[in-house]
Amino acid sequence: MINKQLLPIEHIREIAEETFEVVLHSEISAELKPGQFVHIALHGHMLRRPVSVADVDANAKTFTIIFKIFGEGTRALSQYQQGDNLDVLLPCGSYYPVESLSLDHALLVGGGIGVPPLYYLGKTLQEKGVHVTSVLGFQSKSQVFYEKQFQQLGDTYIATNDGSYGTQGFVTDIIQQLDEPIDYYFTCGPTPMLKAVTNQLQDENGYISLEERMGCGVGTCYACVVPLRQNPKESKKICKDGPVFSANEVMLQ
Amino acid sequence: MNTTVNIPGLSLKNPVMPASGCFGFGKEYSQFYDLSKLGAIIVKAATGETRYGNTTPRVAETSSGMLNAIGLQNPGVERIVAEELPFLRTYETSVIANVAGSTVEEYVKVANGLNHSVDISALELNISCPNVKEGGVQFGTDPELAKEVTYKVKEVSRYPVYVKLSPNVSDITTMAKAVVDGGADGLSMINTLTGMQMNLKQRKPIIANQTGGLSGPAIKPIAIRMIYQVRQMMDVPIIGMGGIVTSEDVLEFLLAGANAVAVGTANFQNPFACPEIIEQLPKTLHQYGFSSVEDAIGKGHVT
Repeated sequence: MINKQLLPIEHIREIAEETFEVVLHSEISAELKPGQFVHIALHGHMLRRPVSVADVDANAKTFTIIFKIFGEGTRALSQYQQGDNLDVLLPCGSYYPVESLSLDHALLVGGGIGVPPLYYLGKTLQEKGVHVTSVLGFQSKSQVFYEKQFQQLGDTYIATNDGSYGTQGFVTDIIQQLDEPIDYYFTCGPTPMLKAVTNQLQDENGYISLEERMGCGVGTCYACVVPLRQNPKESKKICKDGPVFSANEVMLQ
Repeated sequence: MNTTVNIPGLSLKNPVMPASGCFGFGKEYSQFYDLSKLGAIIVKAATGETRYGNTTPRVAETSSGMLNAIGLQNPGVERIVAEELPFLRTYETSVIANVAGSTVEEYVKVANGLNHSVDISALELNISCPNVKEGGVQFGTDPELAKEVTYKVKEVSRYPVYVKLSPNVSDITTMAKAVVDGGADGLSMINTLTGMQMNLKQRKPIIANQTGGLSGPAIKPIAIRMIYQVRQMMDVPIIGMGGIVTSEDVLEFLLAGANAVAVGTANFQNPFACPEIIEQLPKTLHQYGFSSVEDAIGKGHVT
């Protein structure tokens, strides 16, 4: 059941280059699960913007979203202030099936703005007693965020494309050097990265989270579909059946 | 305030319905409100066989609107009749099925398939989809083809047929006259206008299909003008659509000559768009001196 709520901004701040962290207050924050997104309306824009949930504080009844400025909509969102209200649909989409998985060691692989949902996932896994290793990729040092937060979950490795921070190269370069066995991997990021990671870890069990330009965000308009790997004539809706899929379920384009 | 409207096959409690393609088959929006509040529901297009649609991205936001190129993705008429339409039975509202195809034979096949459904009250003949390679808008821009497909569908269907006109023509009245000559019971207008939007960073159109159909408030003045022109010429029932967001917009369509209206893109911005408009409409009609919906239809014409 998706709700439409008007939510006050408790705080908004820039945490990396053109990357913003927003904390919103909602009575149903605790219903949000790792991997889900919220769909945000903006003044003067016809389409809402989907943003994944980066953290939830059930006691304070707040949740955190992190987004990067990509266009006019996200730029408008970055200009909202503490105390302003946002018109939000929540909770949206599928989630990482943490409750039904049995695992001891999880590998989180995030790229750029795909990093935020993995933080909430990592926290949830840690609370379950799961050993968490994180590999995070960014374009350059100025874009890196949440390194300290991830370090509190377990070993954390950073890669930057230009080598200005951490290891120079891609997340796959770091994954190659990890020797501890994993039970599951969870990844979110740009499609080329998802392709490379799912290819590299094809013998492991994993879950991926996709992003796409969305229309309704609730499953009616068929704007954000992805073909099934088994039968490319059939598709799943990223907003409703996803954004989280089993790694082998869908065909990355 | 009397908000009822009676047009062929449709006895509506109010004139507001979600537009085809913007509401799926109703399930998703039923979590937000009781669908019985709606005057009717126009469900997503049906084709003869399962259709996958275009590659993504399929949508892009524009100034006061959006572009879409979904490509008529749907499970095909048989599965729609068997698996999708029965869900709407539990609601007290009329259902209009949208019929699409690439050939006259496919339109006829879909209309025949929909004859097996007991869950619908009328057909909307989609001769104006700009996002498929064959058929679609081609039927909507050639008066002879439009007349022929209307005639052939009317010949087989047991339901009243509303033909959805494309605005991508130089004279809308020629198309309206052609489909009425073909036997259309009513018109539905307008579909989207063909448009394009560039991705500056990638130096190419945002939408994978390159072109898409423009909808939203950006196209409302065009819809109003075209409905006005058709209403000047004939007395055919019209379901009006194109950028409706508020109850004032609905009144504008009624004044131009629409008998009922459909709300499309606004559903994406606000899932409660339809019930909020329905609630506001009586106040708006009263505010502008009308005693019923029927009373306002066509009253914007200068004599």
